[in-house]
Parts: sequence; structure tokens; C-alpha cells
Amino acid sequence: MRNPLSDVITEVKPSGIRKFFDIVSEMKDAISLGVGEPDFDTPWHIREEGIYSLERGRTYYTSNSGLKELREEIARYLERKNNLKYDINHEIMITVGGSEAIDIAMRAMINPGDEVIIPQPSYVSYLPCVQLTHGVPVIINLKEEDEFRLTADELRAAITDKTKILVMPFPNNPTGAIMTREDLEEIAKICVEKDIFVISDEIYSELTYGDAKHVSIAEFDGMRERTIVINGFSKAYAMTGWRLGYAAGPELILSQMLKIHQFCIMCAPTTSQYAAVEALKNGDEDVERMTEQYNMRRRFLLEELKSMGIECFEPLGAFYIFPNIKKFGMTSEEFATNLLKEQKLAVVPGTAFGDCGEGFIRISYAYSMEQLKVALERIRAFAKDHGVE
Amino acid sequence: MRKEILDVLERNSRIDLGELAKMLGQTEVAVANEVAEMEKEHIICGYHTLIDWEKAGAEKVNALIEVTVTPQRGMGFDKIAERIYKFDEVDSVYLMSGGFDLMVMIEETTMKAVANFVMQKLSALESVRGCATHFVLKKYKDHGAVLVEDAVDERMSITP
Repeated sequence: MRNPLSDVITEVKPSGIRKFFDIVSEMKDAISLGVGEPDFDTPWHIREEGIYSLERGRTYYTSNSGLKELREEIARYLERKNNLKYDINHEIMITVGGSEAIDIAMRAMINPGDEVIIPQPSYVSYLPCVQLTHGVPVIINLKEEDEFRLTADELRAAITDKTKILVMPFPNNPTGAIMTREDLEEIAKICVEKDIFVISDEIYSELTYGDAKHVSIAEFDGMRERTIVINGFSKAYAMTGWRLGYAAGPELILSQMLKIHQFCIMCAPTTSQYAAVEALKNGDEDVERMTEQYNMRRRFLLEELKSMGIECFEPLGAFYIFPNIKKFGMTSEEFATNLLKEQKLAVVPGTAFGDCGEGFIRISYAYSMEQLKVALERIRAFAKDHGVE
Repeated sequence: MRKEILDVLERNSRIDLGELAKMLGQTEVAVANEVAEMEKEHIICGYHTLIDWEKAGAEKVNALIEVTVTPQRGMGFDKIAERIYKFDEVDSVYLMSGGFDLMVMIEETTMKAVANFVMQKLSALESVRGCATHFVLKKYKDHGAVLVEDAVDERMSITP
């Protein structure tokens, strides 16, 4: 039999997270700080709207780009939050999660050999999506001393004549890093100067802490026409299972993305779209309530880890902290494996998000305080057993 | 800081103040002072425990009584409300808008005890013009806590 597989897909490495998941699910009474989704249920009024849409028999396709009403709400939202104006007919499309938007943005823009700059540590799908389009991923290793922000110098050093796209993964999964307006301004200037497009994954935009509100790179001069803003409902409204995201950007690119979407997906789930309208219309208070909860857990975790002698920069976004575990004298993977074996606690090794995640682990605080306290006791015991105090 | 403290205490009044301080990014002393201050100002009026008496096997009968009253000159509803809330049997008394005046909630061990309270004490008050008593058949949710189901974390243990 001939090899049924394509060369490009066999070259893509399986997700480093998958392996860990298999071990954890085998282990009885293991607890986990390893999830990348909110612990809250979708607020009831949003779910209720989904139920109602089913009762009404709204069980058909929507237009390819999604419900007009939802696109209108998204346009209002982006204007309200980031002062970004998009034409609902040509510049906004609803996707199956932010993930689909990432995929089709890359497919719409990358020619074989084009270089795509990916700052790491970052979400696991950027790299394979570039590989699948025969693009060339160029990794920037973000540094702890910069609080895992992308610096102008790092970006300049990574740019070549072949650079076409920069992926901006902020607020960041797994580090919790954010980019301030000042940080972004410099990056934006370089993108304009070097004629680089940006895929800005802003899925955690609602989850920032302290005074720092999320800024989109599309807000800067000359950036709107070269940026695909990607966002969705999963993190802000606790709607991961609804699989709903969106992309906003210039028609030139969006129209091609829509073509791929049209042929591969048709349209995002209709029930989810109706629920999402309700989320954007009446969900501000829910977001605020959940963000407050995350913030309390974040502060609590940081303090507790500090008291155990485990260092961590203060993350101001998403719901992760990314502590430095180098003083344990183990690799990230060894740390995670040992912690699981000895204390039955699962965390994700930093290396799952790029080689430069070595020496770090990702801890999610999308858990109740009760769950976090139990987990922290296990980390404390682990630290003690390994002579870290 | 007050609103944040209250938001947490409303759901969990037994929280350790050191833990609360860490959650709020404050010192324990500052949080303890603020709590003490709010107790003094009667912003915090008590720390109660939410009990599912049915599960505890205890007989409890809860009733909501809609009371219509004649307000007294110069006192409005306050005087009559006081006459009612002073009874030990009474859990809460609210002044209401709409078809009746006072919502009186009581908890007793038997239906007969509720009936006796309404007939002998409440209706006997001079300003009370009428009562409509409703018995609680089942509590699904109380003070924000769902009593009929347990929350289970059904998420996959590790996701990107």
C-alpha cells in the first residue's frame, strides 16, 4: 500500500499536552491545574437564549459570515472597547472558535516560503497552522526578564525579506503576559515600516487585571488595514463548548478567509450564535464578576507560591501563571511528571508552548478557591520534599 | 476594598482573613480592621449558616405571609412592622410594593404552629387587616446556593 499520508501533516508534531492528558486521565484521584478553559458555567441568561433559539426552531444555517445581528453586536463591541470600526458586511466574520480564525487567516495570507513570526511561549496551534500552509515559522523566544512581552529589538532581529506575518498572542496563554499601549506602539511602528501583517489573537482580551485594560494593536496608525483581530466568546463569557469566535479585519483579507470558511465550515453553529448575541448585549456584568474572581485567585496564588519560595513574575492577563521552577533542578517535563506521580497534581510543562518554556510550568487558576487551596498544599509538600523553601 | 470584602463574605463568611487578604492584595491587618469597622457600622449584620434542614432530618415548616395593614398616623409602616418583627418566630419582615404591605417569613416546626401564630398573634394585631399564608413546599435555591444538585467539575483535566 502506498503511504496514505501527506508529508506536511506527518511533519507536524503532536501536541505536547496530549501526552500528559493521557497520563492524568489514567490516574485515580489526581487533581489538575491544567485546564485552559473557565471553571464557570456559561451565564444562565446566555444559555437560556440558546435554548430559546432551539425552541423557536432556529436550526438552520446562517449566512457564511454569521448572523447579521451578531456581527452588529461585535462591531459595537469592538468600537466600544478598542475604538475600532468595522463594516459588518465585509469586515467581520463569525468562526468556529478563535482557532478556526487563526487557521483560515494563515491560509488566506501565507504563500509557501513566507516567514511567519511567532513569539513563544504561546498557544499551541500557531506553529502547525503555519506548517500546514507551507509557511516558515520563525520563533521569537520571549524572556522572563521582559515579563514575556515582545520587545522591538527582538522583533527587528527576527525580520527578514521574507517576513510576511507577525502573530501577536496577547494577553498570553500560557504566560499571562500582556502588552501595554507603549509596548504595542513600538511593535506597530515596525510592522508599518517593514510592511508586515499581524494576526492578533485577542481571545483573552477581557481578562486583564489591575489598571491595564487590553489594547489592540489594530488601534495604532496604519495598523487597521494590516491586522486580523481574532477574538471569541470562550474565555470572556465561559463559552468554550459553544465553539464560537470571530475575525475582524480589512475586506481584502476577510473576503478570502470567508471563502475558505464557506467551503470548509459553511457557518458557525446557529444556536451558539444566538446565545452569543445575548452575551454581547447583556453579558458585561458577568464578565466583570468572573474577572474579579480570577483576579482574587491570581493574587492568592502568587502570594502563596512566593511564600513557598517559588518565583513568578506578576502576570496581568488571561488565567494562568507561569512560575519559574529552575531551582528544582528538573526540566519542565520532569517537574510536571514528578509532581503528578508524587502529589497527584497535574500542571502543564512550559515546553508544551515552545522550547523557551523550559524551566517553567503553566498553572491555570480557572478553579475554585477550594480546589486551588488543595492543589497549593500539594505543591508546598512537593517543594519541601525537593528542598525548595 | 469594602465592596470586594463584602462580595466574598456574602458567599463565605468563614473565610480565613489571611486568605482573604491575599486574594485582595492587602495586608491581613488592613482587612481585619475593615471588617471590624463594618461590623461596628452594622454594614455586616451577622454571620449565619445556610442549612438544608431537610437533609439534616429536622422538621421545619416555612411560610410566607402576605400581610395587609393600616398604617398609623405619623409612623407609617414602621411601628406595625416592629410589632411583628419582635416575635421570635419571625425570620424576616419586608415592606412591599403592590397588592399587600408586609411580607413576613416565619419558620416553625409544624404547620399547626404556623397556623397558631397567624391566628393568635398576627391577625390579632389591631392594624392588621388581612393575612394570606403560603407554605413552602420545597427549597430549590436559597441565598444564591442551589440546594438540589452538587456542582461537579466535568472539564477535561488538561486542555491547551
